[in-house]
Amino acid sequence: MAENNDYILKVSNLSVKLQNQTLLDHMNFNVKKGTTLAILGPNGAGKTVLLKTLLNLIPYTGSIEWTEKVKIGYVPQYVAVSDIPMSVREFLSIGNGVNFENSLKKVRLTDNSILNKRLGVLSGGQLRRVLIAWALNDNPNVLLLDEPTTGVDMDSEEPIYLMLNEIKKTQKITIFLITHNIHIVQEYADALLAINKCLTFCGPAEEIAKPEIQKQIYGETVCVETERGEK
Amino acid sequence: MTHMLDSTLYSLCLSIFVGVATGYLGSLMVLEKMALVGDALSHVALPGLAIGITFHFNPFLGAFAFLFVSAAIIWQIQRTTKISFEALVGAMFTLALAIGILIYGDNLDALEKALFGDISQVTILSTTIAAAVCVAAIVLTKLIYDKLVLAMISEDLAISKGIKVARINLLYLFLVSVVVAIGIQIVGTLLVGFLVIVPAIAAKNLSTHMRRYSWLSAVFGATAGFSGVLIWSIFFGPNSSIPFSGPLVVFSGILIFAATIVINWRFKITT
Repeated sequence: MAENNDYILKVSNLSVKLQNQTLLDHMNFNVKKGTTLAILGPNGAGKTVLLKTLLNLIPYTGSIEWTEKVKIGYVPQYVAVSDIPMSVREFLSIGNGVNFENSLKKVRLTDNSILNKRLGVLSGGQLRRVLIAWALNDNPNVLLLDEPTTGVDMDSEEPIYLMLNEIKKTQKITIFLITHNIHIVQEYADALLAINKCLTFCGPAEEIAKPEIQKQIYGETVCVETERGEK
Repeated sequence: MTHMLDSTLYSLCLSIFVGVATGYLGSLMVLEKMALVGDALSHVALPGLAIGITFHFNPFLGAFAFLFVSAAIIWQIQRTTKISFEALVGAMFTLALAIGILIYGDNLDALEKALFGDISQVTILSTTIAAAVCVAAIVLTKLIYDKLVLAMISEDLAISKGIKVARINLLYLFLVSVVVAIGIQIVGTLLVGFLVIVPAIAAKNLSTHMRRYSWLSAVFGATAGFSGVLIWSIFFGPNSSIPFSGPLVVFSGILIFAATIVINWRFKITT
């Protein structure tokens, strides 16, 4: 049984309705500090809505309770950089970008020549790493990643998750990541939140290997009631 | 004669300030993919100019009032209805044009000046005020430049960093309205959109970095404005077959744009 102060986030009765459509329905879950939470679900299940709600970008009902000193870094799924003549150095300097060379090391972009490259000419993998480096500039203790390997070829996906795993351990941060990849959930996540408007599974990530759990997640939607706060 | 010389000198000064301001602010307009919005927005000034002339107050105050009120209305409708910016500006532009023509009536001389610019009445006072306003607009835009660019990259990312995106967009529209209203003196309502768009796309041809892009855009704006007014003053003038400086400013700007295309093609700067 986890102590109350082991949690970085407590969510109770969270619902989101926009234009009379229910996007999230009565969700209850808690997240422990220093863990990686994978968020899984079919397209349109509300995964991105959930992240945006946690960032307070979308109005909601219910309660989202972060621990007092939370500092969130966010990496969106899509960014519009192809038409903007901005260098990596300039991008990383936006906001609190005083220590961006350290952030670049954390995401394993050690060749400084990348700093003078235009964002629009970076490979998918380089761009994702730059976005993560930008999110790390403020020394966050929580990282929210919306499909962090969007636009990345399959061979480059695994190194990004390895890197995130290392950042989690060395920086002692909590990671929330949206993914469609069961292998990634098994290898790199500690906890799993499966949703389809409501919670369809909430528990340890290794459970995803069980066929009955996969059926529960990908079969006909059956909302689960979690004991409030436990996963 | 002395009046003409003074007026030309003031116009040259004014063209530099207006060129820098429209070029710098226009660099954001082009990145927002709102180049045509900037162009159409400028025509919204027409009824304001007409009201100023009819009721004998500074027509550029009328132009600015119309520009800003229109921009604010468009901004609010866009936020609530999600209709595209371009469509709303298109509707507002044609409405303003219709109102403007009705107010001008048979005063074709005033209409011509409003459409193509009239620098014969530029004074030291109007130049000083315009220069001060342009500098203020540039400084304010510089303060929000990074925030606006971040919001273009990802609005969610910007909001998650505490940036009030809607508020800074409104401030930006206000500043664009100000510099467009001032730019109308040089090139008129029909052509002022040019100074918002072309210096920026010329700068984009030569830029891999944001800083270079924004200052090049300002430099190209000033160069187009200054050289256009200078050539017009030397070879034409208010009593010539081309009584307005606007077309010459456009030709100067287009030459700059063409040169940047050739330079980029030759040296592959952006590829």
